[in-house]
Amino acid sequence: MNTMSSSVIMEGYNSRKRRYIITVSLLGVIVFLLAGFMMMYGKTIYSPVDIFKILFSDGSAAGSFTVKTLRLPRMLAAVLCGFAFGAAGNVFQKLLGNPLASPDIIGVSSGASVAAIFGILIFRLDGTVVSLIAVLCGIAVSALIYIIANGNGYSDSKLILTGIGMNAFLNAIISWLLLKASEYDVGSALRWMSGSLNNVTLDQIPKLAIVVIGASIAIAVLAGHLKVMELGDSYATVLGVRLSAVRISLIVLAVLMIAFATSVTGPIAAVAFLSGPIASRLSGSGHGNMLPSGLVGASLVLASDMVGQYAFPSRYPVGIITGILGAPYLIFLLFKMNKRG
Amino acid sequence: MKNRKVWIFGIVLAALIPVSILISLSYGSRSVSIGSVFGAFFENGAPQTEVDIVNARIPRTVFGLIAGAALGTSGLLMQSITRNPVADPSILGVNTGASLFVVIGMAFFNIGDKNQYIWLAFTGAVLTAALVFGLASSGKGGATPMKLAIAGAATATALQSIVNTVMLPNSQVMDRFRFWQTGSIGGASWDDIKTVIPYLAGGFIIAIALIPSLNALALGDEFAAGLGVNVARTRILGIVAGVLLCAATTAIAGPIGFIGLMVPHVMKLVLGPDLKLLVPFSMMGGAILLVLSDVAGRLLGSPGELESGIITALVGGPAFILIVRKVRVRSV
Repeated sequence: MNTMSSSVIMEGYNSRKRRYIITVSLLGVIVFLLAGFMMMYGKTIYSPVDIFKILFSDGSAAGSFTVKTLRLPRMLAAVLCGFAFGAAGNVFQKLLGNPLASPDIIGVSSGASVAAIFGILIFRLDGTVVSLIAVLCGIAVSALIYIIANGNGYSDSKLILTGIGMNAFLNAIISWLLLKASEYDVGSALRWMSGSLNNVTLDQIPKLAIVVIGASIAIAVLAGHLKVMELGDSYATVLGVRLSAVRISLIVLAVLMIAFATSVTGPIAAVAFLSGPIASRLSGSGHGNMLPSGLVGASLVLASDMVGQYAFPSRYPVGIITGILGAPYLIFLLFKMNKRG
Repeated sequence: MKNRKVWIFGIVLAALIPVSILISLSYGSRSVSIGSVFGAFFENGAPQTEVDIVNARIPRTVFGLIAGAALGTSGLLMQSITRNPVADPSILGVNTGASLFVVIGMAFFNIGDKNQYIWLAFTGAVLTAALVFGLASSGKGGATPMKLAIAGAATATALQSIVNTVMLPNSQVMDRFRFWQTGSIGGASWDDIKTVIPYLAGGFIIAIALIPSLNALALGDEFAAGLGVNVARTRILGIVAGVLLCAATTAIAGPIGFIGLMVPHVMKLVLGPDLKLLVPFSMMGGAILLVLSDVAGRLLGSPGELESGIITALVGGPAFILIVRKVRVRSV
């Protein structure tokens, strides 16, 4: 009896693990294909061989400008920022136990955005300083929301509603700063309100890559603890996970990724919110799901950017497309959450 | 004692209305003296350029007064009908829904008539209100304040991204029509005012007529029915009036948020729950708040101009957080 039930458990564990590995590899392939397609497709279409030749040439080859200056930074930023938004959104949703508690809904992304605009447009600061200010501001906003929601008895709904109020307030400040910096042209407004890959340059990429990869590894290390947390606070305490320390480090790491990505592309709408639930649907909820969420985020940004650029008579920035994707899902999710009670 | 407080508060608010009108006429990216403001109405030898500036500011001031009164009343109606402290046309997404329908009508059906805007806005507002209430009351527990606020805010976010998408390809006109994303009374003209007046008057009359029934409703459905109030009819008329007031405003000025949330709350703090006082006081308060927000937008945004909706969000976001903090956890 005992051996039988344990073998059933092992079998279940193995099948979940298999499903996870298959999902991650499939998502990896999808991201790779989309990224490759993004490099190849455009006004001029290059073959994969051409792309490799151009990438490893000294820059004088035909098409070098298109591939190296226009498409390469765009593709890399899409992958890295998509991964950052997806993975960090998943951390927030898991930690706060609610899919609506994603950083783009509760104002963390807007906080980073405010800091980035302040640094870039008002003080004319350079990239690294801007990203650091964005990180600090993102952390400050998260802490503030948590402290406010904690007064008078904590609840998830209270945290989310506080975040929504914060988001409205911060978005008003964004509009004000854009007007004050007299750069309220359509392009920069859209970039800072809903996110766009249009102004990315190659020199922003290495720093972004270091932060995203470093923070992801750190989150993955802590994800074991996160798995225990899914059982609920009391179980985690019994199992001896040091809750508050893990929580705070995970939130800080997630904000770090969000803020760095936001200072490059602006807050790309709904990616942080969409990726986690999609990844859970695909790979089952037994795992930390950081990796699949990040990969879903990267695929979403890559695919949406191409749809925005080529599918319509006029070009849309990526944030508009992801925002449209997020809208019906948000309403569907509310309906489902209320049904469940 | 209570009575004296009400009188003093009423006199202060009534005095603030002419003061805010004067401020609105004289301050802006080009401020003019109070003498020139009077010069627009009486011959007193003020410089013609300044008088022209004042004349240009009159329509937006008048519209600000009536639109603010409409938004304040609309929020109050929605709060009493749903017995929900966080109900407000902007938080429930109703303003955004109205804005979305007008924008779609402009972009895809070439609708340019302001009267048709109002009907479009009304349709969008009704449908959004139905959607949000449907979402919030699904599941057990019905439409609690928290569920309603979350459903509304999420719906507003979702609809806003559709508004952005529809507006974007028309980027050459987007600058002129930016107020469809964040409301502004800056573009209001005398024609606009004439167009909305009948609808707003209808909304105000229904609101005032409903005061006794709504007061009874506050004591509970059964109690109200016992007093001879037709509960269903009161609810429907109240919703129609609330939606009409905010939809007509949105059709001209775009979605202006948080006035309907903040004003009734402040009034309830001072005056208590009696709607006989709350309705007229919320009208006055809303009018003052919107006109002053518009002035603040002109001063903070100078040499350009900041939409009044941005100012109301700047004040309203924190106010919303304060109100949410007060709501008891039980109601989650």
